[in-house]
Amino acid sequence: METKAFQKIYTRITQITKATCSLKATGIGYEEMATVNGRLAQVVKIVGDNVTLQVFSGTEGIPTNAEVVFLGRPPVLRVSDDLAGRFFNAYGQPIDGGPEVEGEEREIGGPSVNPVRRKQPSKLIATGIAGIDLNNTLVTGQKIPFFADPDQPYNQVMAQVALRAKADKIILGGMGLTNDDYLYYKNVFDNAGALDRIISFVNTTENPPVERLLVPDMALTAAEYFAFDKKETVLVLLTDMTLYADALSIVSNRMDQIPSKDSMPGSLYSDLAKIYEKAVQFPEGGSITIIAVTTLSSGDITHAIPDNTGYITEGQLFLRRDSDIGKVIVDPFRSLSRLKQLVIGKQTRKDHPQVMNAAVRLYADAANARTKLENGFDLTDYDERTMNFAREYSESLLAIDVNIDTTVMLDTAWKLFGRYFTKAEVSVRQEFVDLYWPADE
Amino acid sequence: MEENKQTTGKVSGIISNLVIVDVDGPVSQNEICFINLKGTRLMAEVIKVMGDKAYVQVFESTRGLRIGEPVEFMGHMLEVTLGPGILSRNFDGLQNDLDKMEGTFLNRGEYTAPIDVDREWDFTPIATEGDNVIAGSWIGEVKENWIGHKIMVPFKFEGKYVVKSVKPAGTYKASDTVAVLTNAGGRDFEVSMIQKWPVKVPVRAYTDKPRPFRLMETGVRIIDTMNPIVEGGTGFIPGPFGSGKTVLQHALSKQAEADLIIVAACGERANEVVEIFTEFPELDDPRTGRKLMERTTIIANTSNMPVAAREASVYTAMTLGEYYRTMGLKVLLLADSTSRWAQALREMSNRMEELPGPDAFPMDLPAIISSFYARAGYVFLNNGQTGSITFIGTVSPAGGNLKEPVTESTKKAARCFFALSQQRADSKRYPAVDPIDSYSKYLEYPELQEFLSENISPQWLDKVLEAKNILLRGKEAYEQINILGDDGVPIDYHLRYWKSEVIDFVILQQDAFDKTDASTPIVRQREMLGRVLDVCRADFSFDGFEEVNPYFKRVINVFKQMNYSGFQSSDYEKYAAELEEILAERRIA
Repeated sequence: METKAFQKIYTRITQITKATCSLKATGIGYEEMATVNGRLAQVVKIVGDNVTLQVFSGTEGIPTNAEVVFLGRPPVLRVSDDLAGRFFNAYGQPIDGGPEVEGEEREIGGPSVNPVRRKQPSKLIATGIAGIDLNNTLVTGQKIPFFADPDQPYNQVMAQVALRAKADKIILGGMGLTNDDYLYYKNVFDNAGALDRIISFVNTTENPPVERLLVPDMALTAAEYFAFDKKETVLVLLTDMTLYADALSIVSNRMDQIPSKDSMPGSLYSDLAKIYEKAVQFPEGGSITIIAVTTLSSGDITHAIPDNTGYITEGQLFLRRDSDIGKVIVDPFRSLSRLKQLVIGKQTRKDHPQVMNAAVRLYADAANARTKLENGFDLTDYDERTMNFAREYSESLLAIDVNIDTTVMLDTAWKLFGRYFTKAEVSVRQEFVDLYWPADE
Repeated sequence: MEENKQTTGKVSGIISNLVIVDVDGPVSQNEICFINLKGTRLMAEVIKVMGDKAYVQVFESTRGLRIGEPVEFMGHMLEVTLGPGILSRNFDGLQNDLDKMEGTFLNRGEYTAPIDVDREWDFTPIATEGDNVIAGSWIGEVKENWIGHKIMVPFKFEGKYVVKSVKPAGTYKASDTVAVLTNAGGRDFEVSMIQKWPVKVPVRAYTDKPRPFRLMETGVRIIDTMNPIVEGGTGFIPGPFGSGKTVLQHALSKQAEADLIIVAACGERANEVVEIFTEFPELDDPRTGRKLMERTTIIANTSNMPVAAREASVYTAMTLGEYYRTMGLKVLLLADSTSRWAQALREMSNRMEELPGPDAFPMDLPAIISSFYARAGYVFLNNGQTGSITFIGTVSPAGGNLKEPVTESTKKAARCFFALSQQRADSKRYPAVDPIDSYSKYLEYPELQEFLSENISPQWLDKVLEAKNILLRGKEAYEQINILGDDGVPIDYHLRYWKSEVIDFVILQQDAFDKTDASTPIVRQREMLGRVLDVCRADFSFDGFEEVNPYFKRVINVFKQMNYSGFQSSDYEKYAAELEEILAERRIA
């Protein structure tokens, strides 16, 4: 951080709260960065000559005569190809012992893409996981979170998806990541020989929570550089967005804002949308795909964080432990990829949409049958068959350890249809039944 | 507001996009001003005045703004520009033409003209010298796409005028004077093809707003058959995320029988707007044979665009609708989603430190919503012609809970309620409109009943009510079966349940992604409802409840194949015959 010749130093703080301090200063720009006794801070309110600064690492130990220096610019990231393979903290400073990155200074949280300059996403991302590829196909330029309870293996699944997705760059934005998980990611990417494609911005649980508010913007500024300037396919992993939202509520609370649902700030929707909407397919070829994690509190998706997220993202992927097979599956009922319609049956085999729907419908029948069983009722022959189907469907397609090609997934589904059902029960378009209904086993 | 001295001011406070301005003269509530930021001008709107301090909401990011920057007040409220050349354009919430903006990213302070004032149009006069006219009277016409775009007496003109002169048929620029009008005081006014109107004020250039009565066909069976919407009607679609709100709205925008569609993408996903940009220019409008895009105008304020402009976007869309309605056109206005608009109001109310109402929404939210819905409607224009705005908004209830302020306020204002159900969406029963909870108040209007009886069939309404009743009884039977067990209830219960399932699968469910099934014309809906009711009315013989399920699955399967086949095509007839055979197996009466 270079110091300018005429930099003015303020030493008279008039008010200190847990996260902010105020002082009298003039000529300050809104959202400008400053340092308070060396700690980074940002202007959040100016009234007359009264300037309020949000100190990212908290105000503990800040004296009223602290030295305040305004940096004359909003938060920036230096972008260049040298970002690749590097690990940074929330301020974009290296934490891997390497040198500072040289490059063009870009403001983070920059303007949004003109909607008419976007291209409709149309490139399928194959992950090999049938719960995703078959039922909830991902597309480049999409934004989609994993909704998962904290005990579920979302970080593992996400790392797996990232490595199989064939992206030019993978950018990890870690917010409140435990040190163990951070090292896990580092190891997985290292072992896969992918470290030179990875860029990480990490705020671990050891760092102050408010700092993590900068992480998504840092990660996405880097993503925009590679996707727009370099026309690369970029995959951004954001984990965990629930902790990001928690940081937002801490700040809004300390700024005396009236909380709305679940003590979250009223602007939660816009705050999250600003991040997720950076996912984009550029007509020139580059794209930003965002895969995020939103942890739930015992599966409750009506909480303000997952709820607002669901309205912003293009679907969600639900992980659930299936007690029938004892494995984690991608829940076919609650998961959804909104963009799948753009590719399924077009870049995959034509029967894909109908097979997908029929299988899920039959799986739902199995769930009803199970309820009947639990309530102590006799099962019909059809009920028995759906439950057998469900078990095998779960095992051979929904489980997250499946890694097969989409065509194989479809063939597997047809095989299961043929094994357990009549054509009328499956009820898909006749032309597909004629083509793919398996010969008797 | 004819005063020449412009009020100016200086920035004295900044809290996110709420800026406090010290002013040196009169300002009015909702007045537009521009804040100077290093050479770029940021547009803002006055939302509160305290002494000589005006509180303005800025429609852009305020990053880098400093105290003391100069502000110019414009002396008018937020206005849209009305004239030929609006159709098929893509505007942002403030009516900037998005296609004219430079670069891939939206640059702050970049405003583009909504209408090309130099574009030439072939003008044909309608009024003649000496005609008495008032605001909204038609002076002439130009062809905009296939629509006869009326050039009207500007809505701002109060009182009566006499046409002094009208230009003869010929080619004129949009900004050329095409008529001169004289008011009662003898003063002359020049009129061009372009006029301006403040978006928050309803256009009242009509004589009468009767109860609507004409069915608006949408091709969506669960709407047209079960819960019809009318020309000039209002409806809303609340639903948790993933329940298919947007797919349903897109289906309406593609298929609805309207002259033009205005889509306000309000605080929603950018990719959904891109879908319209990408697909509509390719899709044919079955009614005109032209491209769908020609009748579609988009107001895009996606969720990442400035929040304050989000509120403006729905008003901009409504005002454009009113403009075209006054030309005697049938306008369908879709807003996705009105909850985002309400949230924008909440963010601002919060920053102004107003006392909050339920869920921190502003106290006057119900009033704001109902006066907005009231701008829709079917009208008789000054010249006896008719026009309409049908408005359908989506609502995104927090947590899918319909007892939240936006849903509740909207329920009081809108006449059709298309409730999307998570449960139906989970079991992939799309469109996931709940058949029991949803309603159309219009079905109770004698005016619409008469229309249906004349235009569909005299028994239509009875059949619809019968189908609704079967659905309700089927649901009750299902609950009984679940409580008592399959063999704990008479076979009759199973029959009742499965008959309701036939209606559900064949009429209610519809595959929006299937070429044929996506849109069903009303004649086809009439025939299908007739066929389905024949099945529901019939008696069948079964020896045990186990036989009921597979039998009706077969019935449903054949019906679905019919839905996938062209109406009365050979496939369709083949399946119809097959259906008769299956029915004959077990039908006893």
